[in-house]
Amino acid sequence: MHAIEKILAKAAGKTTVTTGEIVNCKVDLAGINDLYLQTVRSFFEMGGKKVYDPSKIVMFLDHYAPASTIMQADNQKQFREFCWDQGIDLLMDVDQGVCHQILADKGLVRPGMVLVVTDSHTTTHGAFGAFGTGVGATDCAIIMMTGQLWFRVPEIIRINLEGKLPKGVFAKDVILKVIGMLGADYGVYRGVEFTGPVLKELNISERMALCNMTTEMGAKTAYIQPDEITLAFLKDKVKQDYEIFTTDPGYKYAAEHTFDVSGLKPQVAAPHSVDNVFDVTEYAGKPVNQAFLGTCTGGRVEDIAVAARILKGKHINPRTRFIVVPASKGVFLEAMAKGYIQTLVEAGATFVTPGCAACLGTHQGMLANGETCITASSRNFPGRMGHNKAEIFVASPASVAAAALKGKIVNPADYLE
Amino acid sequence: MQNVIRGKAFVFGTNISTDQIYPGQYLDLTDPDKVAEHAMQGADPSFVKEVKPGDIIVAAANFGCGSSREHAAVTLKTVGVGAILADSFGRIFYRNAINLGIPLVVCPGIADMVKQGDTVKIDLTTGDVTNDTTGKGATAQPLSPYVMEILASGGIKPMIKEQYGQ
Ligand code: SF4
Repeated sequence: MHAIEKILAKAAGKTTVTTGEIVNCKVDLAGINDLYLQTVRSFFEMGGKKVYDPSKIVMFLDHYAPASTIMQADNQKQFREFCWDQGIDLLMDVDQGVCHQILADKGLVRPGMVLVVTDSHTTTHGAFGAFGTGVGATDCAIIMMTGQLWFRVPEIIRINLEGKLPKGVFAKDVILKVIGMLGADYGVYRGVEFTGPVLKELNISERMALCNMTTEMGAKTAYIQPDEITLAFLKDKVKQDYEIFTTDPGYKYAAEHTFDVSGLKPQVAAPHSVDNVFDVTEYAGKPVNQAFLGTCTGGRVEDIAVAARILKGKHINPRTRFIVVPASKGVFLEAMAKGYIQTLVEAGATFVTPGCAACLGTHQGMLANGETCITASSRNFPGRMGHNKAEIFVASPASVAAAALKGKIVNPADYLE
Repeated sequence: MQNVIRGKAFVFGTNISTDQIYPGQYLDLTDPDKVAEHAMQGADPSFVKEVKPGDIIVAAANFGCGSSREHAAVTLKTVGVGAILADSFGRIFYRNAINLGIPLVVCPGIADMVKQGDTVKIDLTTGDVTNDTTGKGATAQPLSPYVMEILASGGIKPMIKEQYGQ
């Protein structure tokens, strides 16, 4: 069996599972975001009174952090009251940041667990050897009531990464290239595992970006076998016991792909789909109105660090706005302690409260009709960050910072001495 | 549950995301009737004015990809979409829509077989799909027994309520 199958089997109380089988799994932790008051509504509509286990629920007020409309404020109010009534202690209020980063920062994610959040990018937690998957509001309400949810055991695809990353090329570029080659629906209903020597060069932040973006190929979950890098990260954070599962030798993947990253250039997904991928040099010179650094994909300390490296002692182009959103309070504090915030504010960055901000087109950095944005986030669907006719280019944090500096898309390798 | 669904088709392309089905700026709405006012707004702003209960959405690959927002399913359910046929679906949208009781049918090649305004018929028990305007037919992938059970119960909420309601 694959490690993912072993996780599902254990959660379903079975010794084996097979691809395609529908299994009912105990969920170790269920997360709900502030966009989905429907979760609470569905809970009551289904006759719920008390949640199954309040210690296995975490509530995130992250997408509207802090509320910018009365309606958002009202939704958040109802969430807080629900947590207080139900005894849910893990209420991550508007000071905390984006759900996926909080889960990592606070040691809430651990290898071998079943983690379900009302957010599509829950694949991120494959970086820790967890089974992480996104669901909708009603599915999450079912977990609140019963502690479990059904899953179809997915086919697993292996993506083997060989070679050595060139200067200016990051995990984000690798995954964009992979999505560009395989397509935005290649991973639908499947699990995606990353293997290969390149992983040894990738810290947790980069691994999270890799797994996070598998959502953009439709994946149900992602996986990286925990190793010494994972364990070093988890060591002081995770309080609970956990089990690391390993894939049996001879497991047959549904498909295997090997990519050599050695010759890779920085990549960009051009409007309006994430599999519309090119070398960043193809768009060199394209003016950008906004550069956006942040989110559960590209708002970690390492991402802010690379931006600070590119912008130290310089100033962004006067025709470009540079919006920076640390992914979490933990990220914000660490970046502050390391001096990156000072560097970026001096360079002309506009800082926003940790959270999702403009990533989903609701507030804090929206785009006007006809504007162009380069973003470290995950999506460039029409209307994603504001007006339907705005153009969004998805790229690495380094490419975003370099574009802010020059006011146009450039090759970030030229700005990383 | 109605096993044979027949309606006028609204046709969409590839990778229609939930951002297009239901734009992010309206995510703070929670009343289904208000949510319904923005159905498909990011893909075709005229859809919401023209759609009638029982109409059918036909799309190419990966319909409903992207964000997990259940609003995307709620908005289509509330305007009365009778069924959605696509080459393939985004997985969270698939679960959300089935949970609400909207029949979602995977039918590879369907987008090439139907034009906007054609009348399409689908038999959920046999998987037979017919374009009544052109006479062309296709076969959809069968729905799993569990999905059929959810649809037959009128969505997952009544099912869970019966089993677990407190
Ligand atoms: S940062 Fe963006 S992609 Fe991540 S959870 Fe928030 S809205 Fe979704």
